[in-house]
Amino acid sequence: MTNRRTHLKTLAAIAALAAGGLSITSSAFAADTIKVGVLHSLSGTMAISETVLKDTVLMAIEEINAKGGVLGKKLEPVIVDPASNWPLFAEKTKQLLTQDKVSVIFGCWTSVSRKSVLPVVEELNGLLFYPVQYEGEELSKNVFYTGAAPNQQAIPAVDYLMSKDGGGAKRWVLLGTDYVYPRTTNKILRAYLKSKGVKDSDIDEKYTPFGHSDYQTIVADIKKFSQGGKTAVVSTINGDSNVPFYKELGNAGLKAKDVPVVAFSVGEEELRGVDTKPLVGHLAAWNYFMSIKNPANTEFTKKWAAFAKAKNIAGHKDKPLTNDPMEATYIGINMWKQAVEKAKSTDVDKVIAAMAGQTFKAPSGITSMMDEKNHHLHKSVFIGEIKADGQFNVVWKTPGPVKAKPWSPYIEGNDKKPDEPVKK
Amino acid sequence: MPDSFRPESPLSGIFLMTMRFQTTLARRTAKALLAALGMAVAIHSAHALTADEAKQLTTGDTEARIAALSAAIANADDKTFALIKALSEDAAKLAGARVLILDGDKSIDAVSGEPVALPADAEDIISNNRMRGEIDNAMAALRLLSKRATERLDAANALLKEPDAAKLPLIDKAISAETDTAVKARLILAKAAASLGSDDVAVRQQAAKDMTGAPTPDTVLLLNQRLAEESDAEVKAALAVSLREVQSTLQLGEKLGVMFTGISLGSILLLAALGLAITYGLMGVINMAHGELIMIGAYATYVVQALFRTYLPGAFDAYLVVALPVAFLTSAMVGAIIERLVLRHLYGRPLETLLATWGISLVLIQGVRTLFGAQNVGVENPVWMSGGLPVLANLTLPYNRLVIIGFAIAVLAGMALLISKTRLGLFVRGVTQNRPIAACMGVNTARIDMLAFALGSGIAGLAGAALSQVGNVGPDLGQNYIVDSFMVVVLGGVGQLAGTVYAAMGLGMLNKLLEGVAGAVLAKIAVLVMIVIFIQKRPQGIFALKGRSAEA
Repeated sequence: MTNRRTHLKTLAAIAALAAGGLSITSSAFAADTIKVGVLHSLSGTMAISETVLKDTVLMAIEEINAKGGVLGKKLEPVIVDPASNWPLFAEKTKQLLTQDKVSVIFGCWTSVSRKSVLPVVEELNGLLFYPVQYEGEELSKNVFYTGAAPNQQAIPAVDYLMSKDGGGAKRWVLLGTDYVYPRTTNKILRAYLKSKGVKDSDIDEKYTPFGHSDYQTIVADIKKFSQGGKTAVVSTINGDSNVPFYKELGNAGLKAKDVPVVAFSVGEEELRGVDTKPLVGHLAAWNYFMSIKNPANTEFTKKWAAFAKAKNIAGHKDKPLTNDPMEATYIGINMWKQAVEKAKSTDVDKVIAAMAGQTFKAPSGITSMMDEKNHHLHKSVFIGEIKADGQFNVVWKTPGPVKAKPWSPYIEGNDKKPDEPVKK
Repeated sequence: MPDSFRPESPLSGIFLMTMRFQTTLARRTAKALLAALGMAVAIHSAHALTADEAKQLTTGDTEARIAALSAAIANADDKTFALIKALSEDAAKLAGARVLILDGDKSIDAVSGEPVALPADAEDIISNNRMRGEIDNAMAALRLLSKRATERLDAANALLKEPDAAKLPLIDKAISAETDTAVKARLILAKAAASLGSDDVAVRQQAAKDMTGAPTPDTVLLLNQRLAEESDAEVKAALAVSLREVQSTLQLGEKLGVMFTGISLGSILLLAALGLAITYGLMGVINMAHGELIMIGAYATYVVQALFRTYLPGAFDAYLVVALPVAFLTSAMVGAIIERLVLRHLYGRPLETLLATWGISLVLIQGVRTLFGAQNVGVENPVWMSGGLPVLANLTLPYNRLVIIGFAIAVLAGMALLISKTRLGLFVRGVTQNRPIAACMGVNTARIDMLAFALGSGIAGLAGAALSQVGNVGPDLGQNYIVDSFMVVVLGGVGQLAGTVYAAMGLGMLNKLLEGVAGAVLAKIAVLVMIVIFIQKRPQGIFALKGRSAEA
């Protein structure tokens, strides 16, 4: 009996250890470093997208340290894994800010994780760089948004699909994962489409849970819906659900020529595990594609390839890929470094003030600028079509950088909101 | 020369050439034909592809390229054809001002036809969806005069799918030259589709009526689009009648489609639950690590796939055949070890079993995470499992789902035979029904327990191999299926194989029917609520064990 009990205890201990092992962080105390928090899911449904962002931060830190660091100090990454678990994002943020005392946090992908982190960074006056396109409707003094706002991604993509070159879509399926980003984006898009004369009966909004893997019914419904007129699908599916979705799309023979699917959260990295031959011509809207040709991007992709090889990053060591959120992360950390140097301090309020108007030569080919007021980057918008090799052909782009409108004019009441963080 | 396009129908001469000339040509050998073609080009002064035209076709504004394309197909020579074909297959590249056509590892200049080395800086030709559609359409128009009936049929179908009034003269020409009745019927439909937008009311009305001959989703789209633009009341009525008729024909396919998705989901649930039907259903072990045994099977498949890719890339498509036994054995072994080390000390103590197996599941998840990384691993479908089988115009059954349904049936049959017909099965039933008596009869109950648990685990491994073909493979894979598996087994009635089957199929169907009505999120909630209510009313499940064994 005693034997069994000890056995069970050991087992429980092992289990506890296993669960606890997730949160072991690589923090070592050293006084002459500046700590940088990295808050990306390294496991769970969002790991497919977020893991490389952690590595991008590490690459940028290594690069900055090689050039002598910031203010004469080396940067020291503190990596935590919030495991695609939204409340855990808030806990880890608290840990980063109060225990590890990081100067800045680079992190989050899903809006639900950002919303979970937001009250913590605001309360503790932390600094978060958020590198992913999102739905807007938010402007915090403590956050810099280096991804696209809706007018820098969603609206131009819909415009393109309505144009002659984009197929002249008349009916719309708005398909997304069931959480705040797709719901808000689709609300904006619905209002926008209506302003363009699209009827409610020509818009079909659909949601699936996180981690959904059976897209048979959805694809069949899209097929049926598309019989009513030229249809386009706007996909805000997030995370690893995209793999079964695109697999089903390919197997069901839904061709891009007939029903183009434009995705806002699918880039080079998400397509890695998918046979892209049946998907040729489906679209994605981003502010950066790996296939963009310019010297800054060549340098960026080369750097990443070398880093992936040196650090033996699974997948990337053989086939290095870069994508939009990686670029946004890279711009973010470099701008933060410039701002710290300008402010001559890592003090959050001073850095926030110094961030306004920072510029950086972005791999997307423009000189990216942080808006003077609204904490968002000015960005060019690109629409790309999937190629057989999993890369994107840019088929459309804006003539120049577009200023972000975090408060979309297509949501009621937004016209009165100021274009800068409100002081509390 | 691409084999799909025989030079005996020189496009250069299509509008001028007589049928007699064509048939004469058809009798010659390929070599002679090339010469003849050259002559035909010369005689009919067909327009040879110039460097300028090649450039217009491949670069610049989509609008201008489409105009160039229309001009090119109206008077195309074989080089133009070759270039358009290459464009449609994404096998053309730009090298400076030259347009190159790739053919395997060789490349030829599209204008001169001479082989040239492919420069390293050759750029892809970027065509957007619209351009690609136009290119495919142009290909179809050109192929209307192909020698092979199947190709002409494909071409007619392509033109029917995307009708273009500008192609009407070509279609007329093809109809008058067509000898194959099936192809001719298709061409006439294609003509009707292209005439839907005609200026002549009578033609439009006739076309609207004719369209019922092609009851496909594309026809519905066409009719709907026309209906939105039509102004003439009579034509509108004709369109509406045709639309209704086509839609009612299509309904069968839609209903079958919903049934198929239900069966497909049911087969996945069944596979996931079958192993649990043994370990929980027969043996009564509340095995919370069941999902992780599925996950291990999926990872075993991944490992086999990776090994095949490295060592036997030629036989890659056969990796699944090897992966199945490997997945079975790996999971069975892990199951046997769990039983030996942990579970056998806990028989008859369900609460402790539950906790212990839950702990094991965490250990297994973390173990896999350490070994393979936290990210999903990519398991590629073999080629024969990609794509789908077109059954009806609006019903395509994906091969991977068909294979999984077949596989679920096979596993079910195998397991039923094993339990009912073999000695091991007899022992398992004996031990689970009355352990002391079975022991008295000389059955080594401890060994049978281990074997039965290993068998259940192995079947979970098989499920993992199958699931890796439709979903993502990651350390958390099992977590997504554990609830479903228990649901199926409990709903079906514990200890009942038949109940498990009915419950899996029922849940699959119910889920898919609800999803069609209420969406994926609500359907999931509704199904869970229904199960809760059902279990409250009938705790023993659909099928209850009857007789003495029920009391055990």
